[in-house]
Amino acid sequence: MNKTREYIIERLLFLCAAITVFTTISIILVLLVEAVGFFQEVSIIDFLTDKEWTPLFADKHFGILPLVCGTLLTTFIAISVALPIGLTIAIYLSEYAPKSFRKIFKPLLEVLAAVPTVVYGFFALLVVSPFLQKFFPEMSGFNSLSAGIVMGIMIIPFISSLSEDALYAVPKSLREAAYGMGSTRFQTAFKVTVPAASSGIVVSIILALSRAIGETMIVAIAAGQQPRLTLDPTVPIETITAYIVQVSMGDVPHGSLEYKTIFAAGITLFVFTFILNNISFYIKKKYQEKYD
Amino acid sequence: MTNATKNRLIDKTFLMFGILATLFGIVILCIFIGNIFADGISRLSFDFLESLPSRKPEKAGILTAWTGTLWILGLTTLVAFPLGVGAGIYLEEYAKKGWLSNILEINIANLAGVPSIIYGLLGLEIFVRVMGLGGSLLAGSFTLSLLILPIIIVSTREAIKAVPKSIKEAAFALGATKWQAIWSQILPASMGGILTGVILSISRAIGETAPLIVVGALAYVPFVAKSPMDEFTVLPIQIFNWVSRPQHGFIVNAAAAILILLSITFVMNGIAVYLRNRWQKKVKW
Amino acid sequence: MTTTDIKENNKASITEIDNLSKNIKIEARNIDVFYSEFKALKDINMNIYENSVTAFIGPSGCGKSTFLRCLNRMNDYIDGFKMKGEILIDNKKIYWKNVVVEELRKQVGMVFQKPNPFPKSIFDNVAYGIRIQGVKDKKFIEERVELSLKQVALWDEVKDNLKKGALALSGGQQQRLCIARTLAVEPSVILMDEPTSALDPISTAKIEELLFELKKQYTIVIVTNNMKQTARIIDMTTFYYMGELIEYDSTKNIFTKPKQEKTQNYITGRFG
Ligand SMILES: Nc1ncnc2c1ncn2[C@@H]1O[C@H](COP(=O)(O)OP(=O)(O)O)[C@@H](O)[C@H]1O
Ligand SMILES: [Mg+2]
Repeated sequence: MNKTREYIIERLLFLCAAITVFTTISIILVLLVEAVGFFQEVSIIDFLTDKEWTPLFADKHFGILPLVCGTLLTTFIAISVALPIGLTIAIYLSEYAPKSFRKIFKPLLEVLAAVPTVVYGFFALLVVSPFLQKFFPEMSGFNSLSAGIVMGIMIIPFISSLSEDALYAVPKSLREAAYGMGSTRFQTAFKVTVPAASSGIVVSIILALSRAIGETMIVAIAAGQQPRLTLDPTVPIETITAYIVQVSMGDVPHGSLEYKTIFAAGITLFVFTFILNNISFYIKKKYQEKYD
Repeated sequence: MTNATKNRLIDKTFLMFGILATLFGIVILCIFIGNIFADGISRLSFDFLESLPSRKPEKAGILTAWTGTLWILGLTTLVAFPLGVGAGIYLEEYAKKGWLSNILEINIANLAGVPSIIYGLLGLEIFVRVMGLGGSLLAGSFTLSLLILPIIIVSTREAIKAVPKSIKEAAFALGATKWQAIWSQILPASMGGILTGVILSISRAIGETAPLIVVGALAYVPFVAKSPMDEFTVLPIQIFNWVSRPQHGFIVNAAAAILILLSITFVMNGIAVYLRNRWQKKVKW
Repeated sequence: MTTTDIKENNKASITEIDNLSKNIKIEARNIDVFYSEFKALKDINMNIYENSVTAFIGPSGCGKSTFLRCLNRMNDYIDGFKMKGEILIDNKKIYWKNVVVEELRKQVGMVFQKPNPFPKSIFDNVAYGIRIQGVKDKKFIEERVELSLKQVALWDEVKDNLKKGALALSGGQQQRLCIARTLAVEPSVILMDEPTSALDPISTAKIEELLFELKKQYTIVIVTNNMKQTARIIDMTTFYYMGELIEYDSTKNIFTKPKQEKTQNYITGRFG
């Protein structure tokens, strides 16, 4: 009796774990099936090379480039904000700050990542954009700059916390050797600790990038809904994610070409983040082996 | 200037930068909450909590939104908690090291990085269409459950790992079966860590907007949901809807609703941190 | 020296010991153990006698714990663990496929190197083994807990605090609690893996005292390197070296006239 009970429990627990595999398979299948339907009507060449994305207009164009461009532009702005600040924080907390300070501020910074993104959207549209318009009067109310900056603030803790973990894990003996030779904390940090923790830092940056690429609400609220192939951060653009939201807000009948576009956009997004996630996972595994 | 003084100067400068950068995030957060507070506090009232949505900002309330959020909170917990903890237990205690457990691990790491809106697309096809649940609370909760499953699994595994192996061995040596050892010793000893992870992940689910929009949650729901099959809206979607309107009255409403949403988020995070600290203190091995 | 020689030697020496029950409680035949590719035990053969205290000694890493844990199948869960050969307890093959390991472990209890009480009350610790068997009778459980705690001479120290957390006890008390917990399940064999190595001398002395009492009722197998003090309670001693059983004899013989050079070297190096 004990044996059957144990067996049943193990099977049930296995099913719980197997759900994660089904989830992945379903995600890929769902995206593929709908995207294949899409590519039966739109040539993949057009999709990859056309410079316009206007599936909701009478004159339909299906070039994903403007959406990709919008996504990469906001991501670039975000990472330009988050990387220097996040890394400085990480180095400061692990190499300079007193223990008590670190213990308070690390979790406090993580609150930044816990705030719902729709709240950041509000902030970008109604606080940051008007503020920036004081300096750039011709800037549009919807733009990639404020959305990107706010997104950068949101992902600071991804970089600061994970990098700090990596820096903190560097053996004390390495630092002491450097101090012993008369290095300042700054020299020790940049010549010894940061190089030793580099793979962990790279992982944190990749995860932050992946998060920024997939971020939706900030850009949906503050960056606009105008797919545009531009690097100008002051004009409205549209990201892949924002497009999916835009279509979902309307009433698009299932099976229509418009319906399928969100899956074509979705699979593009998925490919980007999938590659980034796997790179980071690979680096993490290698790095673990090195220390074990 | 000698080399040594120059080096010390650089060191000091970086120290200043470090403090500034750390405070920057916090200060921005404060400015920002202050801003929303100033905008929204005047609108907070029982009336606001008890009113249905309306075309007139001063009449509109968040009754359907916060009740929807509560529904989602309850249903998502109900689905994701047992599944996530079960999967975590399986991976930590049962799965033999080998290709299968490797695949499971890579897969979970990957799922944790899939953008939330992709989960929305998944939910739209599987739950809304194939399973025929429509834009219901159930479809929304299922979608969010899948979204937070990786977080719960990872934190469950961490919590179980932190329980000394000797506890499990002691139980086995007394004749406990595997499940008896897990149920009576390992789970009680790791519950603090597990609950911390669950609460944090649920708090994340509460703040999600995009996947629910894709699944078909509505911006305008003029009635309070009575069953899991009802259509629904949630606070973040209500906020999104109001933020996108030009009238100032709706912006004020959005700020007030954000105050409610942030309170829920912070309370849940606070509970999680409290649980974690208490557990760490209580169990000294 | 070949293995067969060792076996012959062992047989000879065992018969020399009087006042020891000649009933074989545990019989190990041709035990080989592998951790993946690594061979941790090489062709171990030995008989352990009823109501005796048998010690395993040898340098760290020689396989003492590995063999001990074969006797209650605690190695079953280790990835890569493989065992060849036969172990019989009371003439029953314990690795036979129809054996229920949980039943085996009720019969063969184990005490670990570091005291490992559950993070629960003293009472719940001792009652655990009975409760998981489905016993609900409160009175029965209480009696058994009291008896077990008395057996390890802990009752007087904790009887007013049974609800107190076990982790609050001192290290020595914790280890006696772990022994009581084991006794509560009524095993006939008790395995102990260096049970006093994490304890102070006074607690160690108390546990040794306890062993002296326990050996009247139980067959005890103990891994220890604390030989000098415990010589009086340990009947038989087995010396292991690099996964091989080098010598098995009465404790007195092992210490005063070991037959093997390796044993001699170890004994003199360690205790000389
Ligand atoms: N779980 C395990 N996996 C792999 N090798 C192990 C494991 N446990 C023990 N070993 C190896 O088996 C040998 C015997 O270990 P052990 O029985 O613990 O020695 P002892 O108790 O005599 O110190 C050692 O070389 C050890 O490294
Ligand atoms: Mg050992």
